[in-house]
Amino acid sequence: MFYKTYFRQFTILLFLIFTVKIYKKQLINMRIKRLLSKENEAIANADVNLDLLNPLIEKYKNKKGNIIPLLQGTQTMFGYIPKAAFEKIANETGLKISDMYGVATFYSQFRLNPVGKHVIKVCHGTACHVQNAGSITDSLKEALKVNDGGTTEDGLFTLESVACLGCCSLAPVMMIGDNTYGKLTSTQSVKVIKEIRLKENN
Amino acid sequence: MKNIQVIVGLGSCGIAAGANKVYDKILALKTLDKLNFDLKKTSCIGMCFREPLVEIIDEDGSYLYGNIDENKAVDLIEYHVKNGEPIKELVVKSDLFETPDKNFFEGQVKIALRNCGMIDPEKVEEYEARGGYKALRMIADMKIPQTEIIQKMIDSGLRGRGGGGFSTGMKWKFANANKSNEKYIICNADEGDPGAFMDRSLLEGDPHAVIEGMIIGAYTIGATAGVIYCRAEYPLAIKRLNIALEQARKKGFLGKNILGIEGFNLDIYVKEGAGAFVCGEETALIASVEGERGMPRKRPPFPAESGLWRKPTNINNVETFANVPWIIYNGSQEYAKYGTEKSKGTKVFALTGKINNGGLVEVPMGITIKEIIYKLGGGIQGGKKFKAVQLGGPSGGCIPEYLSNTIVDYDSVNATGAIMGSGGMVVMDETTCMVDMARFFLDFTQKESCGKCTFCRIGTKRMLEILTRITEGEGRESDVATLEELAYQIKDSSLCGLGQTAPNPVLTTLKYFKDEFVAHILEKKCPAKSCKKLLTYEVHKKNCTGCTVCAKNCPVNAIEGERKQLHFIKQDICIKCGVCFTKCKFNAITLS
Repeated sequence: MFYKTYFRQFTILLFLIFTVKIYKKQLINMRIKRLLSKENEAIANADVNLDLLNPLIEKYKNKKGNIIPLLQGTQTMFGYIPKAAFEKIANETGLKISDMYGVATFYSQFRLNPVGKHVIKVCHGTACHVQNAGSITDSLKEALKVNDGGTTEDGLFTLESVACLGCCSLAPVMMIGDNTYGKLTSTQSVKVIKEIRLKENN
Repeated sequence: MKNIQVIVGLGSCGIAAGANKVYDKILALKTLDKLNFDLKKTSCIGMCFREPLVEIIDEDGSYLYGNIDENKAVDLIEYHVKNGEPIKELVVKSDLFETPDKNFFEGQVKIALRNCGMIDPEKVEEYEARGGYKALRMIADMKIPQTEIIQKMIDSGLRGRGGGGFSTGMKWKFANANKSNEKYIICNADEGDPGAFMDRSLLEGDPHAVIEGMIIGAYTIGATAGVIYCRAEYPLAIKRLNIALEQARKKGFLGKNILGIEGFNLDIYVKEGAGAFVCGEETALIASVEGERGMPRKRPPFPAESGLWRKPTNINNVETFANVPWIIYNGSQEYAKYGTEKSKGTKVFALTGKINNGGLVEVPMGITIKEIIYKLGGGIQGGKKFKAVQLGGPSGGCIPEYLSNTIVDYDSVNATGAIMGSGGMVVMDETTCMVDMARFFLDFTQKESCGKCTFCRIGTKRMLEILTRITEGEGRESDVATLEELAYQIKDSSLCGLGQTAPNPVLTTLKYFKDEFVAHILEKKCPAKSCKKLLTYEVHKKNCTGCTVCAKNCPVNAIEGERKQLHFIKQDICIKCGVCFTKCKFNAITLS
């Protein structure tokens, strides 16, 4: 008697778990698709040569813990991670797109959109914050007419705030390409941008 | 000119200040004039405030020149190298005579940083010439058993330098006790604290010391593989680590049956982090090495039992590993000579903020904060008043001026509400707003929260909203109580160190600077004149001469006025950057 009730309860429980699992999986898939399409609207047809990825995939295929190096390699190649690259890697390595997307959105290093020709990294580490890095970002936002993390319309500049560039004694600091500009004022920072723009236009 | 050595400091901070250009210039001069001197590279010596640095060693002794640009480099070669006449005005440190900066080195004891700025980090020979790999060789030659090394580490009193402060010897003992055919040793080089850069300097300046420490650790716990988890933001450190690892492999310090120790096989590789502060937490770091989102896991089981790929794993910080070879070679008693009863040895601090001599210092534990700031650090910039020092980054807290006689050891610092952390020391003066500082750190932890625990994910966001509101002049009287309540709930209900310590900056500022919170909330004033929303810049009618300097310098063109006429500031455009205030020579811009 006791055994029978127990068995019935058990089957009901199994059934419940199973349905929830299927439902959950669908939900997650839906959510990721929605996010992916939203993030990549602007760059749906971006021109990237995916064949460049082949050696990278070959190198990391079937290695454990390979998601981060794969994504890092992709980003080094294209400057960001195109949607098509996610799909290609997923198809060829058997990794799940959801896992890769989860990793790509977790870490601040990864970008899902292309960046401008010059990436302006304004340091907002503690030392720079104390030395008024906020005003540098504010005046750059104003001068470039972009928000933090945004790219200018002409695709020339991307403005980014970063945690610490590690030259705290030069604070406040910004870095454009390989050049570091230290002990800045907001006027100086705007001047640097103007000079680069002038050079680009000529 | 025969025995002259010219050494250029090429750490990240030096390069940022233009050291590469100086090096190229000297190299060009050397080849152009066919000069016969040794041109060498080294890394950060700690004097970041004097970068770029060039050291010239001649027959008399060593001269360290500071603030060298390309023109000064030409002078150095012309006068000192060619004619043997040192340019004394530019010397910042020398064994031969006194210099204004000599205080910076007095009181420092360099154990972890023993080779930084002394050797070319890309040459293993130079590391060996200064006693490198001798500790490892000693272990191999004398067949020192693992238990003896563990005892040595326990006796030395070395505690984890990443901030946790757990006994390194005990950690190794646990990892050693867990039997498994696979074990891992990990070096935590994910230095995320904004304002600390000692790990970067160590990896850039002396990568072999860290590697040797890891090899000794691996031997002790019986590890079969090693990982150095390094921030991707440190490209130079990663490059130099990879060079050093390759050299160690060639020399037989890594590989099979290392130095003839039967069955001791080890290889180490560098894993690049991808930018997540939470990965400094050991279980999150393990998840990240496994290629997942870096979210912390429940402990127990501790990594010593079940860590990377569910195998016993030992994780230590960069600075901890760099101390290990020195302790093994010189003995634990020698190390324990420095420091206080419960905190032995030395600690590296990154001095930044409103301090004259910003840089890297290594001091014995037990020295007071005041000594570090005034003696080594040379006091506060512009002669302003010292207000507080921030220790331990986003997990730490602010220690006010009146507690600056606190000694630096784990327990004394903890007693103030701050933590030792990895050793970032950000100095603040009277113009730093403490409410804004609390907001800054919470903004950081809120962004970096991985989202696993509800209290950390949502609680920090709510706290940040309240703090932002206060700095914008919309604080409510109940806010302080709400902040405290939230803070304790977050501390109690978070899984990992990030959440448990995230409210610390707020709690310490509330403890020591409550008056500033009150001024913001009740009077809508920022005593430090730093919170922008609470400030207005105006032109003083009497003082303005109409010189147009303010209008020319305004980055957003918010100032209007004809030449020799009174100017005025358009408040709706003004971003309150303060440029007009600093540029005006007639005190005609007022701040209220």
